[in-house]
Amino acid sequence: MGKIKTSYDSIQWSNVLEMVYESRIDSVGLNERVNSLATRSIKKDSKLEALNMIVSMCDLTTLEGEDTEGKISQMVAKAIKPNPLDSSVPSVAAVCVYPSLVGTAKEKVQNSNVKVAAVSSYFPSGQVPMESKLLDTKYAIESGADEIDIVINRKAFLEGDYRKVYDEIVALKEVCQDVHLKTILEVGDLKTYENIRKASLISLAAGSDFIKTSTGKLSIGSSRQACYVMLKSVLDFESMTGVKAGIKVAGGIRDAKDAIRYLVMINEEMGSDWLNPELFRFGASSLLDDVLKQIKKLKTGAYQAGYYFPRG
Amino acid sequence: MIDWQYSESIESPDIVSIKKKYTNYIGGKFVEPKSKKYINTISPSTEELLSKVPLSNEKDINNAVNSAKEGFEVWSKLTPNQRSRYLFKIARLIQERSREFAVLESLDGGKPIKESRDFDLPQVAANFFYFAGWADKLDLSWATKSLKPYGVVGQIIPWNFPLLMLAWKIAPALATGNTVVLKPAETTPLTALLFAEICEQAGLPPGVVNIVTGDGSTGSLIVNHKDINKIAFTGSTQVGKLIQKSLAGRDVGLTLELGGKAANIVYEDAAIDQAVEGVVNGIFFNQGHVCCAGSRLLLQESIHDEFVKKLEKRMQSLRVGNPLDKNTDIGAINSKEQLDKITGLVNEGVEDGGELFQTECELPGNGFWFRPTLFTNVQPSYSIAREEIFGPVLTTLTFRTPEEAVEIANNTEYGLSAGVWTEKGSKILWTADRLDAGVVWANTFNKFDPSSPFGGYKESGFGREGGRHGLLSYLKASS
Repeated sequence: MGKIKTSYDSIQWSNVLEMVYESRIDSVGLNERVNSLATRSIKKDSKLEALNMIVSMCDLTTLEGEDTEGKISQMVAKAIKPNPLDSSVPSVAAVCVYPSLVGTAKEKVQNSNVKVAAVSSYFPSGQVPMESKLLDTKYAIESGADEIDIVINRKAFLEGDYRKVYDEIVALKEVCQDVHLKTILEVGDLKTYENIRKASLISLAAGSDFIKTSTGKLSIGSSRQACYVMLKSVLDFESMTGVKAGIKVAGGIRDAKDAIRYLVMINEEMGSDWLNPELFRFGASSLLDDVLKQIKKLKTGAYQAGYYFPRG
Repeated sequence: MIDWQYSESIESPDIVSIKKKYTNYIGGKFVEPKSKKYINTISPSTEELLSKVPLSNEKDINNAVNSAKEGFEVWSKLTPNQRSRYLFKIARLIQERSREFAVLESLDGGKPIKESRDFDLPQVAANFFYFAGWADKLDLSWATKSLKPYGVVGQIIPWNFPLLMLAWKIAPALATGNTVVLKPAETTPLTALLFAEICEQAGLPPGVVNIVTGDGSTGSLIVNHKDINKIAFTGSTQVGKLIQKSLAGRDVGLTLELGGKAANIVYEDAAIDQAVEGVVNGIFFNQGHVCCAGSRLLLQESIHDEFVKKLEKRMQSLRVGNPLDKNTDIGAINSKEQLDKITGLVNEGVEDGGELFQTECELPGNGFWFRPTLFTNVQPSYSIAREEIFGPVLTTLTFRTPEEAVEIANNTEYGLSAGVWTEKGSKILWTADRLDAGVVWANTFNKFDPSSPFGGYKESGFGREGGRHGLLSYLKASS
């Protein structure tokens, strides 16, 4: 693996294949490392710093059939000012919505620094012909999306057709151009660490700016183990090509404690370069409220009821 | 870009009250030393005086051995089931007071609280539980009518895992019906003395466990005492040889667990990221004060550069500092003497031509510290590749084929442990078969379990501790 050196622009399918077939992971050792990182004790100032970072890295998300323009307006307002009573709490990184609501979201974020991300390519299953995925994505971009979250073709992946997975991402990246492309691996479908690594490398080689754990639509969402496999893939990809890609963890991250453990992992394995919303994101709906509560607790010593924080 | 520093997270030392002065524990009583002499024990992370413990002399050792003889009369006549109950009680008491023990271990020895809390103490309790279970089942394992306890066992233990080595020694000795005179290491006597309180709390009959402190001269008095029936020693090969010489010609049993210079062999088809973790754990665990530490990294030439790059990066994230900080990965070097030894060998390695890499971490002002260190470009003839450094210093050698890996791995007077890293099962078995080492870990390192026998080949010693084999170290054939 370490022997492959190529520039980002000249990656060949053969490079991808070589990387994919050299994916070796020992699950016992991996779990041990991840669990040991979870014993870090983050207190006082370092905790407050972490909590504010988490807010700034959040993609505040709603992806429901029941989403309306009204709901999106509420969420965007919260994204811009997560705690109206405490101006030291930053805005979140982005709001994440379905393509049909991108227009509304874009209008509401106005000139704040909150970005609008859209899930596309027939999120969450991706089980449609390529033409539909392209159309879905084009629509989201034309509506003003700053970022696009697509899903990989798990059907093709599990059938062993890695080439198809790769080609689809390449084609979608072409549509995106400068629009930030986040590729969802759906680790709950891939199951094994080797699969997660293969999918990570394929997605990175195909031009994804970010790789993302999950859609949040499965019972198995993100896990710190999956994130660890992905971050190692990102680092190996960087050492091959010089390109720094980002990671987004999403699905089932509901409390600040869990989120801090992800940050510790990023901090110790990747370094401070990645402690930044440009390269690390949390996709979440309920995480933000717990983080806001913890910030309040650190500053005042008291836990406050949910009704002290605005609805999003 | 944010430079996120972790705030201090200190485990409170208030849980343990350290006395100004300690006494020996002989015949179930805490007694002043006849020598009237004491030695200081300091905290290696601050160099502050923690307490004073007896420097025991001949009279003290006489008293301890005599009390163990008296204790044997009682202990060996108990039913196996009664002995078992005492050991179970000790195990439970250790669990109850484990936080106290962990803090004291880190204060007196310098190891990070993360390790004393999550490794040492759980292992200590596990060993007492395990051998408690054996105490009434010896008959099921052998035709034990022909196997008898030795009687009075002298046990001399090192400073790297003070309480755990005590557990490795005392639990099987008591389970098999022996009584003991145990001497903890000069620099780390406090947890053994706290353990004496546990014996009292458990109501152990007087004389079954006797704990005497002192230096090398005290150890030598135990070895040379006429009424000792067996010596169990863990420590340096140099002292082990002296003990063996002193015992030559006498009817005294002996087991020795001595030094090591373990090879950690990484093949090109290993899971590299996990191998890096395993190598780090293999050498930097407990500041490298581990007899089975993976101190020689054997890398297949084809992966050398990539592996070293990843290893150096990982080493930079190791946090060196206050042992009581819950986020500390590497604590203090146990003593000034040990620090000097490590420094000397590392300087020699540089002079020989080894390429030195050390992490950039800040070291505290007081106390004994050594940066995590990696040597590359080392030849098998250098002293850093041959001598046991017993510190956070890893030496890298390279090989081309599995045959060569085995040859280099076995090219040492030691044979305590080894590691093999490959995703290919058949290669693990092929390699393990050919390694002269008491323990071979595959795709992991430094894993311990009370049921698994531990001990060396060649100058790493003889006799086994742990498991069924460990019981045999405390039983002898009787006519």
